[in-house]
Amino acid sequence: MKGALTTVPIYKEWDIVGARQSGRNMAKDLGFSTVDQARIATAISELARNIYLYAGQGEVSFEEVQGDTPVGLKIIAKDNGPGIDQISKVLEDGYSTSGGLGAGLPGVKRLMDDFDIVSNENGTTVTVVMWLR
Amino acid sequence: MNPEYQDILLAHSNDIIHRWMNELEDSKLKEYKSTISDEMIEQVNREFVNMIFDKLKNDSSRESIEQFSERIVNLGWPLGYLTGGMQSFRSICIRTLIEKIDRHDPETFLQVMDDVNQWVDPIKNELIDAYSSNWSNIISLQKVALQELSAPLIPVMDGVTIMPLVGTIDTDRAKLIMENLLDGVIKNRADVVLIDITGVPVVDTMVAHHIIQAAEAVRLIGATCILVGIRPEIAQTIVNLGIDLDKFPTKSTLKRGFEKALEMTDRQVIKTNDHDDKVVDDIIQSIDKE
Repeated sequence: MKGALTTVPIYKEWDIVGARQSGRNMAKDLGFSTVDQARIATAISELARNIYLYAGQGEVSFEEVQGDTPVGLKIIAKDNGPGIDQISKVLEDGYSTSGGLGAGLPGVKRLMDDFDIVSNENGTTVTVVMWLR
Repeated sequence: MNPEYQDILLAHSNDIIHRWMNELEDSKLKEYKSTISDEMIEQVNREFVNMIFDKLKNDSSRESIEQFSERIVNLGWPLGYLTGGMQSFRSICIRTLIEKIDRHDPETFLQVMDDVNQWVDPIKNELIDAYSSNWSNIISLQKVALQELSAPLIPVMDGVTIMPLVGTIDTDRAKLIMENLLDGVIKNRADVVLIDITGVPVVDTMVAHHIIQAAEAVRLIGATCILVGIRPEIAQTIVNLGIDLDKFPTKSTLKRGFEKALEMTDRQVIKTNDHDDKVVDDIIQSIDKE
């Protein structure tokens, strides 16, 4: 289990549900509380939906990580889509190019402990971690 | 098919069936064997091979192939059983023919192969077609069943309607929810609609967005939406996501939401057996006096 990497490809809308379930199961196995499981599931939902909506296809990976605190769950959402033009803009509340609420990425940033985003014309990778408290 | 070959195959059909059954014994159906009885496998194998031979004698219809495929689907056996079975059947037939025919020039060999392929391949294709269309039938039936369960609207009393939502909300379902909600509000002349999300596992920005839009649409046609069944962890994630739900009332449980709905429609629940309580109280008091 330690260091195990699970990857869920995202092609269809229902893959979002699949990614969410494997993430939630992994969070449960690692001992996260119900509230944290809900946060993790919601964050995965947002990231996977961004892949589905804006890049068409990509993948979400889950990894157990060791750090200062005992253990954490790392989620990597990766796509080869067109990339994000203004990263600072998408991290602001209420900014959306698709008529949505514009709360997705800033919301994920608040839901999780660590947040990192890399985006260029070759695609976007969002890496988030939640530590077990 | 060359009548000569056909006669050989039919004459040796018992031998072919025997060899084929033995070969299937060792096939990958073994992985499933723990759950399937040997008699069952034997019986289905026999049906399978009889069907192929019927086709050679030209007295089998497309229907029998469809029925057989349906049977395999219902048994839950893999498609590999059909394709694997056909492949080994093909090689056994070719081997039998080559053994029985005296000529061994490449020309004859190719002819035998062509003839057997022409016989076996259409059956294989029909089987696969029937198998996959059976599956897609099942899936589309389930889709319809799911859609029927998707967004029910329940009128509980004049002017108050409840929509309980259970399970994941995707784009299609969100559309259905909106349509049913608006239709139902007008049809039932509802003043208040309670949307219960107790059974929705994750509320992300998309789900929230759809709920907000639905509530706004309900407001436009003159009714009020109350969002109920917000579990504590969902409340936390909604706050973290920064979603603004203050355009309409929200309650933790359906019960509280219903009370609010009664209040909004100027009603209240009154106990009808107050009289009985009073009689009991009188008796108790009279006992106390003694």
